[in-house]
Amino acid sequence: MRDLIRLAFQAVAGHKLRSLLSMLGIAIGIASVILLTSIGEGTRRYILGQFAQFGTNILSVVPGKAETVGLPGVLGGTTHKLTLDDALALQRLAGVEEIVANAYGTARVEANGRGRSVYVYGVTPNIPAAWRFRVRQGGFWPAGDPRRGTQLAVLGPKLKQELFGEENALGRFVRIGGSRFRVSGIMESKGQFIGIDIDDTAYIPVANALRLFNLPEITEIHVIYAHAGLADGVEREVRRVLTARHNGKEDFTVTTQKAMLDVFGNVMNVITLAVGAIAGISLLVGAIGILTMMWIAVGERTEEIGLVRAIGATRRQVQVLFLTEAAVLATLGGAFGVLGGMGLAALLRFAIPGLPIHTPMTFAVLAVAISTATGLLAGVLPARRAAALDPIEALRTE
Amino acid sequence: MIRLEKICRTYQLGGQPVHALVDVDEHVPAGEHVAIMGPSGSGKSTLLYTLGCLDRPDSGSYWLAGREVARLSDEELTDVRRHHIGFVFQSFHLVPRLTAAENVELPMVFAGLPRAERRERVEAALASVDLSDRLDHRPDQLSGGERQRVALARATVMQPRLLLADEPTGNLDTSSGRQILDLLDHLNDAGTTLVVVTHDPSVARRAGRVIVLVDGHVVRRLPGGEVMGAADLFAP
Repeated sequence: MRDLIRLAFQAVAGHKLRSLLSMLGIAIGIASVILLTSIGEGTRRYILGQFAQFGTNILSVVPGKAETVGLPGVLGGTTHKLTLDDALALQRLAGVEEIVANAYGTARVEANGRGRSVYVYGVTPNIPAAWRFRVRQGGFWPAGDPRRGTQLAVLGPKLKQELFGEENALGRFVRIGGSRFRVSGIMESKGQFIGIDIDDTAYIPVANALRLFNLPEITEIHVIYAHAGLADGVEREVRRVLTARHNGKEDFTVTTQKAMLDVFGNVMNVITLAVGAIAGISLLVGAIGILTMMWIAVGERTEEIGLVRAIGATRRQVQVLFLTEAAVLATLGGAFGVLGGMGLAALLRFAIPGLPIHTPMTFAVLAVAISTATGLLAGVLPARRAAALDPIEALRTE
Repeated sequence: MIRLEKICRTYQLGGQPVHALVDVDEHVPAGEHVAIMGPSGSGKSTLLYTLGCLDRPDSGSYWLAGREVARLSDEELTDVRRHHIGFVFQSFHLVPRLTAAENVELPMVFAGLPRAERRERVEAALASVDLSDRLDHRPDQLSGGERQRVALARATVMQPRLLLADEPTGNLDTSSGRQILDLLDHLNDAGTTLVVVTHDPSVARRAGRVIVLVDGHVVRRLPGGEVMGAADLFAP
């Protein structure tokens, strides 16, 4: 077999330009597939990472009933508001570790003669534990009855930087939407979450936020439970308790992180399918290229086929010889394609630094293996033609 | 070595049946040197290919080294060719992209001989045709005579008992041709049975015996030394 592969390599090397051209189809196909899967896989990891930084054992309750994305509270109408009392009721459920009640809006934050319009989150003070946020300096207001507000605020590091620069901000006053708050803490930098800069925000007690934004109800309740095994039980209990509190109506929507990731997973599956289709088509085109080239090669090398038959090659050996040649062509094409695709991916990463790109090595290896298989398939017809030649006729061709 | 009985071979050419061999009976003892002569289309190539187990007769029997081979399968015939028969062709039939050594190695690759043994035998075979200094040359870097010597090394590297040559000097100048014929004679002296198809009376004269074919029939058998010119040989 090693000798047959060597012979195949020599045959491929014998027509360098032609071999390169016939590899091109497979190479381009594999390169594009590697590039697309690199971007796809990079995106998948990026999104998963984004969600994971908040923890995965989390479900959210929003007011209004909507199966997917819609306008909660507008269609159908909400008869019962989602209240802080609802949130407190959920706090008592078994398996629940933290509850974050949350109401947000945009407001102008002013201090030190400077002002800035940012997202202002009305939250309960347990978010460092619930969202895995870290406080760099100071801390949140004391936990207590969330229905009663207090004029304390925690600033995101970017907002603090913009308002106070290098000065100490702890204990200073800021005006948020016209109300005075004392700065009790500064957050650790957390970066972006799906494009939103969560460092450029302020956190205030949820009761203050409801008043400030004149909201009739809270925007979202996050329920954090101890571990993934509790997900279904907690979700069921949340529904039961809230439905009971809302006079038997399920006028709210529960979304688990798992459900969000499932939706995302479905999107990724569609993309994967599309990439797979592209891969299939390009491999088909590449296979036709190799088949054509091998078919011509058999015609050209009729004399050689007759000769090897005369000196003791069986039909089977002739067949294997041409199959190997097709496989070598395709494998080289696939390898060039993988290198090209990874090169393009690296170039892209260099050109657009923010773009999440990741090429899994298993994909690269798989791509080369699939190329080899494609080559073998493409080689079947030419190899059969070669093996079927009558050696006498073949030797007569001159 | 060779015994043919009532060998017939007919093939279709442009819708017309061509009787290439008609009731050919022949006996070639081991170690003999036989030349086959005859005009174009007389069936001498068909006879050579039949002897070489490349062509199968339609009827008749062919014993090669005591074994009836006329009815063997393609696979079995390949095995017979591999181990018992060497071919030399008019147009050399070297694989152009392979070196002289690789061309000579080819039959051993298909026979599955181990690498070390192949290397040894290649060197010995090329040395026997005086081409030890051309191991890594490609056919296009060799003269016609050198190419045919490479082909001869390839034909003998498996140490066949029967060597078949189809116009071995047809594409060569006189001196290269003589060199090839000397090598063939030398092999024959060492015991290899040799069958040569030729047009050339000077080639045939070296044979111990000459068979003359006309229209698929053996019309004459005579000692090689008695061959004079082609014209009188083919007269009925």
